[in-house]
Amino acid sequence: MRIKNYFLNHLYAFFYSLGQISRAPLSSVMTVVVIGITLAFPAGLYAVLKNAQQLSAGWDEVAQISVFLKKDVGGQALDDLAKRLHDRPDIAKITTVPAAKALEEFRKLSGFDDALRALEENPLPSVLIIQPAAGYADPTAVEHLQVSLRKLPEADFVQLDLQWVQRLHAVLEIAKRGVEILAVLLGLAVLLIVGNTIRLGVQSNRDEIAITKLIGATDGFVRRPFLYAGIWYGLLGGIIAWGLVSLALLLLDEPVRKVSALYDSTFTLGMLDVWTTLLLLTSGTLLGLLGSWLAVGKHLRAVEPD
Amino acid sequence: MIQFTNVTKRYPGGHQALNNVSFELKSGEMAFLTGHSGAGKSTLLKLITCIERPTTGQVMVNGKNLGKLGRRHVPAVRRQIGMIFQDHKLINERTVFDNVALPLVIAGLHNHPEIARRVRAALDKVGLLGKEKQYPVTLSSGEQQRVGIARAVVNKPALLLADEPTGNLDPDLAAEVMGLFGQFNQVGVTVLIVSHNVDLITRFRSRILHLEKGGLV
Ligand SMILES: Nc1ncnc2c1ncn2[C@@H]1O[C@H](COP(=O)(O)OP(=O)(O)OP(=O)(O)O)[C@@H](O)[C@H]1O
Ligand SMILES: [Mg+2]
Repeated sequence: MRIKNYFLNHLYAFFYSLGQISRAPLSSVMTVVVIGITLAFPAGLYAVLKNAQQLSAGWDEVAQISVFLKKDVGGQALDDLAKRLHDRPDIAKITTVPAAKALEEFRKLSGFDDALRALEENPLPSVLIIQPAAGYADPTAVEHLQVSLRKLPEADFVQLDLQWVQRLHAVLEIAKRGVEILAVLLGLAVLLIVGNTIRLGVQSNRDEIAITKLIGATDGFVRRPFLYAGIWYGLLGGIIAWGLVSLALLLLDEPVRKVSALYDSTFTLGMLDVWTTLLLLTSGTLLGLLGSWLAVGKHLRAVEPD
Repeated sequence: MIQFTNVTKRYPGGHQALNNVSFELKSGEMAFLTGHSGAGKSTLLKLITCIERPTTGQVMVNGKNLGKLGRRHVPAVRRQIGMIFQDHKLINERTVFDNVALPLVIAGLHNHPEIARRVRAALDKVGLLGKEKQYPVTLSSGEQQRVGIARAVVNKPALLLADEPTGNLDPDLAAEVMGLFGQFNQVGVTVLIVSHNVDLITRFRSRILHLEKGGLV
């Protein structure tokens, strides 16, 4: 019986808080939207970061070395060089990209067709894309291969793609910290927004609260609808944030697809996964509850009947 | 039920509203409280409902010393008391029905048909059965007062306090409402009524407590 009553008391407060919110629809909607935007910031950055990390994780395994050749190396010389290098035990695969083909591909994908046609000579060099053999993929072996490739008379410039992947990792790690700090700060902002809305709610319901206390309501009874209102604000804000981030990712998906096609990649932006969604909604709800808890404890005490 | 022992109440401004008041109201008793405006009648009722605390002296209600009562225990005391306020104290944003139902909801009653039955019974007693969907501001002052009476009795409290419950009622209605209090008293409810209506009071052969400038005489 006690448990049933406890449950019903909460059910009452739950619906009562909905009534309260719907009585001041404009300010409630504004609060919810502001919370949504505030939560969308860290959530969106987190989503982008996670995508970037996923992308760079894929690059780890394909430590590629690009050998940009001198201008005059092409045609038969290019094929000979590739064949020669392919005999080395530490090289698994060589892809040759002749200058003409590189230009054609770039023309097709970049859209600078006319501008490129105006050029008298091909500005691009031929490139060898070299993939180290399985037994030679560790950093020292790759480094060794890189040094010996650099010594080739045909080579103009040798680039180990792994280096910038590693740098990217470091940068992403810093960015992650940044997003975490931002998330904490904006979480505090949500607490303040909810707290302020609840404070206004207490103020505009002063009479009602005082009268309810006067006829024997406990602090808990008076507090409960405000706590539920906080939960509603946080949850609805979280849903709005989810919608905003999903919309942004959807809008970014097409351009990202185009860019990744330029890099011969099939990478597409991932939407918010189930865990991120749950995290977003839960933290929104908990922030709403905490914000109203802090505000209501402070402001309800000030409302005493006279 | 109620016991005042040498109670003095001084308001923060320094005004002494009650001065060394002692009396006892036994369980099941009915009494009237009279006195000029500003004599301290409302203050006395506020001490019983813990809205104010005594400056010195002791207020006992139902065996509990209210002066020593912690904040947490005040609501339980108030739930045992049906209080009718001089200024009605109705919630303007809620219908008559919701106002009257509030003490039941606060007491933890959730069975809607049962709530509706009790609210209608209380409204019926004060002659307002047809007005349950209206808001307090759409009612006359006398009707608002009767909504306050319905709210005070809906939970069948053991103690009924009324601050000028007939102030805005015409003589017939006033007599009817006073008769209602008499009926409650007959079923064992302790009743304390503040009233100036000497005519009506003398019809009951009940005790009369008279306050004069904060002191009982
Ligand atoms: N909150 C307060 N702060 C300061 N003084 C107060 C307060 N409440 C009441 N008083 C003073 O205490 C005295 C008694 O007030 P109280 O309301 O008890 O009178 P009353 O007998 O109910 O009068 P009435 O018949 O006009 O309602 C008055 O002089 C009033 O000015
Ligand atoms: Mg008074």
